[in-house]
Amino acid sequence: MSPGTVTAAIVGPGNIGTDLLAKLRRSSVIDVRYMVGVVESDGLARARERGIAASAEGVDWLLRQDPLPEIVFEATSAKVHTANAPRYAKAGVRAVDLTPAHLGPMVCPPVNLHAHLDAPNVSMITCGGQATIPVVHAVSRVTPVPYAEIVASVASRSAGPGTRANIDEFTHTTGRAVAEVGAADRGKAIIVLNPVEPPMIMRDTVFCMIGGDADRAAIAASIHEMVAEVQRYVPGYTLRAEPQFDEPRETWGGHARVATFLEVKGNGDHLPPYAGNLDVMTAAAARVGELMAQQKIEQQTIGAQA
Amino acid sequence: MTRPQLAHDVRIVDTTLRDGSHAMAHRFTETQVRDTVRALDAAGVEVIEVTHGDGLGGSSFNYGFSRTDEMQLIAAAREEARRAKIAVLLVPGIGTVEDLRRARDHGADMVRVATHCTEADVSPQHFAAARDLGMETAGFLMMAHRTPPEDLAKQARIMVDAGCQAPYCTDSAGALLLHEARARFEALVAEVGDEAWVGYHGHQNLSFGVANSVIAQEVGVRYIDGSLCALGAGSGNSPTEVLAAVFDRLGVDTGLDVMGLLHAAEDVVRPYLTRWPKMDRNAIVQGWAGVYSSFLLHAEAVAERYKVSAHEILERCGELGLVGGQEDMIIDVAIELAAER
Repeated sequence: MSPGTVTAAIVGPGNIGTDLLAKLRRSSVIDVRYMVGVVESDGLARARERGIAASAEGVDWLLRQDPLPEIVFEATSAKVHTANAPRYAKAGVRAVDLTPAHLGPMVCPPVNLHAHLDAPNVSMITCGGQATIPVVHAVSRVTPVPYAEIVASVASRSAGPGTRANIDEFTHTTGRAVAEVGAADRGKAIIVLNPVEPPMIMRDTVFCMIGGDADRAAIAASIHEMVAEVQRYVPGYTLRAEPQFDEPRETWGGHARVATFLEVKGNGDHLPPYAGNLDVMTAAAARVGELMAQQKIEQQTIGAQA
Repeated sequence: MTRPQLAHDVRIVDTTLRDGSHAMAHRFTETQVRDTVRALDAAGVEVIEVTHGDGLGGSSFNYGFSRTDEMQLIAAAREEARRAKIAVLLVPGIGTVEDLRRARDHGADMVRVATHCTEADVSPQHFAAARDLGMETAGFLMMAHRTPPEDLAKQARIMVDAGCQAPYCTDSAGALLLHEARARFEALVAEVGDEAWVGYHGHQNLSFGVANSVIAQEVGVRYIDGSLCALGAGSGNSPTEVLAAVFDRLGVDTGLDVMGLLHAAEDVVRPYLTRWPKMDRNAIVQGWAGVYSSFLLHAEAVAERYKVSAHEILERCGELGLVGGQEDMIIDVAIELAAER
């Protein structure tokens, strides 16, 4: 291991795992040493081409390696991660979970990661959650948000069979995370698949209920600041327009509303740029890994100095 | 799962209290629902759909908040109906299995699971739940003009294999011309054979709702949707009272009492209409440009807010290929049009 880096593994060599690998290889603090699958695949072959030890013998193989990874990124399925998680924990390997297993705390890097940097297992929520929770938080840190609602529109081609077989999982998890992580009293999430050709770039709308007398300039400034923060790891994360404020209405329980229109264009590493919904997940996971690794390296440096 | 026995030549499904929710901006009262269900039930309507216009869980910023909780409306409808089944709409991505269980607890007998016409593979989760709950099922393939007949048939197959008893050609934009509708009906009927019935849900944006219903019946479609006074999104649905009169003239047995439905339309629904859906410029643009009918009221409201014209917004929505559920994009389009000025 080169000094000042943290060893990592990716479990699940599909499109998500491969895109994540491309992102992590740009990191100066993470050294991806292993890529793991359960059958030989293009993803394993691509990893080997990049000089990474890749195996189709699953987590059994991974946990026999020396050195063991310090962080594992799991891009398999909820079922597989649920089976693997206790084994990682026993081996002292931290897990960044991109599946819908949600065993650890749900994290969104610019919102609450600082509180969970030491967690043995963190959940990356959902694509819609990663794209929208920063904005909910940007509003709720300025003014109380009794209700937040997000609408995620994604290209049909970017919605895989797992998402399609259990679309309720997206709706439930994202709605819950919008409230719990974004800090709104109640949350709701809607997802729409659009098959238009050429494929549409991921779009997200964030509606936050606010008081009629909330400080609109401060809310808008907070949203802009947050968008810039997310752009540090998702360069194609942009506002389509200035945040839109609507006056209080009787049908909104006398509340006003701020609406934020986002476009999430992927980096085009392995996944196509329109699949911003997938890119925002891999980019956020890479960001989590990066910040975890930085903290670990800082702690080691401090330890060495002491 | 097998298709249910039909009591008549066609089964007219009334959606005044679901699609009509769009035209009413989701502001139905319990009294309006009770009065309408009583009149429909008395006139022999077999299935009455009651839900937020965008289906279970549709009450939201994006689609409009319901004045009355839809569960309360479903329970009220169930209490009033003596013979009719109460149906609910569920759009995966908006509503969930949990919403469906609550609707079942409040008395819903049937669910119609709705997906965009190319995305049927998000529906098996909900059909499976409906089966477990012992509910009758139908499936909406929305915006059916957006995919060719043979592809629509493949999507219907996915639904039927998942437990759907009646896949629908759902002309959400009211865009299907007579020959286009016929080709889709024939493809669906051929695909499902005697495993399921085929349905048609029409909108009047190009005035073809009733005409397409007649063709539908001729080629073997057996579930046909209507709404009293056409109350529905865009320029509304095929009017239930007109369907009853036309099928009566054709000698097609619907089991409906024409005079009873005319009473329901004229004396029960018309007095509470806040707008009577009609073929005005905006609605015609929807049929012409292939835009989801439910966008109409949203486009009108946003047009006023951003000082742009609703028909331009709707035309742009058509160009962008927006699908049902993307109501938020109407605001985005209006901001864009305002900026282009």
